[in-house]
Amino acid sequence: MAAITIERILALHAAYIRCIDRNELESWPDFFLDPCLYVVTSAENHKNGFEGGMIYADSKGMLIDRIAALRDANVYEKQSYRHILGLPYVAKNGGDEAETETPFMVVRVMHDGKTDVFATGIYLDMVRAAGNELKFKKRLVVCDSSRVDTLLALPL
Amino acid sequence: MNVNVPPGSIPNAPQPTEWPEGTLTRVPFWIYHSPDIYALEQQRIYEGPVWNFLCLEAEVKKPGDYRTTFLGSMPVIVTRDVDDEIYAFENRCAHRGALIVLDGGGHARDFTCVYHAWNYDLKGNLKAVAFEDGVNGKGGMPKTFCRSDHGPRKLRIALFAGLVFGSLSDDVPPIEEYLGEEVATRIKRVLCKPVTVTGRFTQVLPNNWKLYYENVKDTYHASLLHTFFTTFGINRLSQKGGMVVSPNGGNHASFSFVDKSTQGNDYAAMGLRSENEDFKLKDPSLLDNADEFNDGCHMQILTVFPNFVLQQIQNSLAVRQVLPKGLQETALNWTTFGFADDTPEMKTRRLRQNNLAGPAGYVSMEDGAVGGFVQRGVAAADGERAVLEMGGSGTTNEGTRATEAAVRGFWKCYRTHMGV
Repeated sequence: MAAITIERILALHAAYIRCIDRNELESWPDFFLDPCLYVVTSAENHKNGFEGGMIYADSKGMLIDRIAALRDANVYEKQSYRHILGLPYVAKNGGDEAETETPFMVVRVMHDGKTDVFATGIYLDMVRAAGNELKFKKRLVVCDSSRVDTLLALPL
Repeated sequence: MNVNVPPGSIPNAPQPTEWPEGTLTRVPFWIYHSPDIYALEQQRIYEGPVWNFLCLEAEVKKPGDYRTTFLGSMPVIVTRDVDDEIYAFENRCAHRGALIVLDGGGHARDFTCVYHAWNYDLKGNLKAVAFEDGVNGKGGMPKTFCRSDHGPRKLRIALFAGLVFGSLSDDVPPIEEYLGEEVATRIKRVLCKPVTVTGRFTQVLPNNWKLYYENVKDTYHASLLHTFFTTFGINRLSQKGGMVVSPNGGNHASFSFVDKSTQGNDYAAMGLRSENEDFKLKDPSLLDNADEFNDGCHMQILTVFPNFVLQQIQNSLAVRQVLPKGLQETALNWTTFGFADDTPEMKTRRLRQNNLAGPAGYVSMEDGAVGGFVQRGVAAADGERAVLEMGGSGTTNEGTRATEAAVRGFWKCYRTHMGV
């Protein structure tokens, strides 16, 4: 098994945001191991040690269910994201498992063209080598702000 | 031609005091975007004879703890003083009016305004004025200046089942009477023991606060707008529901429960039995519901006029505070919680089920947007009105959720306070 390198981490991030921004959400759960932990929270909640999230999934099945709900059950105006990432900081690299911190900015573009900075924050990740691929064992999406405009439909 | 026509002077425009004649079944659309109404609401509702929800007692647990919040648009500090009592006062320095506290909460022995360092105790009393006696015998406040004559406005406090309510009015009824017996009982049903906060989020809604408040009281829309449960085949024929509305119309509780005489309480099994393979949950642990209040009631949404919502959706518990932030903006402050004695399994269950509510909630995210759909829809409809006839024209308790009784109750209470 190849060691975790910064190139592989970059490739994982690039593929992840490409998936969401191209609205290929059915592939989004494949970026995670099963079980996994995916939580969207805020810096204040994270600092306070609050475990709750706006989105909380501790299995790949829950991620699949989230996308199924977005596609077939939930009602929201057509919108898309543009993720812009900063450079990943590798906090720990154990060879087949690494912890990284990567800043993000997400611009939300509504169907009528209204364009706003929707969220900024940091991805606190634990990635693991699974065969030739890296997958997220844990992804905490720590938004800088606790405010969400209107609703959070698409994943960050 | 002069196009700078001030609001209210347009010939034949409906005036903000002209409510459509008749019953509570019509709501004029100007009520959602009139600046005059917005200003009146601050005076007559938030600063009037109501109990505003401020925070949870658990958020000001120890002496010296404080939280900042709002009474409508009035900034407020809630504290617990060394006497272990809870106090609240306007977050406004008596000197020049600056905010006394700038952050959301924390722990303090006293408060000092950053502008000119006027100092307040935890009850909101002005304790010290910088350079009160001047410097080297020059300047300073006049000898006639009396600190106790100056200070931010103080709120009356009512505590109920761990909730902190505040009022500026001397005429507001005692909290139990204000809530009404049935609504009070249903608050105590959920808030039955010490709580632990698990998260806080603010959802910014692109609409007037009343549109959200009506939405929470609107049991009619629940299964129509929010299709998560029906899409995944989780609805049950054995579900029963109902609602209670307080005598003043302003408070309500709607609820649904499972008739235990016909079936057990196994939501997960229902998810798995859904006939369409594409529409069953891959991970039904989301619906692993525990009947923690031992009454079969798996959903209860409760409101207290003018700004409080208590949510029990299965084991997902939260309070929501509804605050106006302008004519067409509302802050919805979510505080999720569990109980101090939750087992690890119950904690995990709540974390999972919190996916059902909140800004990304499976059965609530639409509520963040639908008020904006109305706000945008009625932009030019000042002469038109909404129709609220589902379930008749009354505001009394109903044994069904196919009714707009609680929405009409809201308008009954609102109009009483507003005098419109």
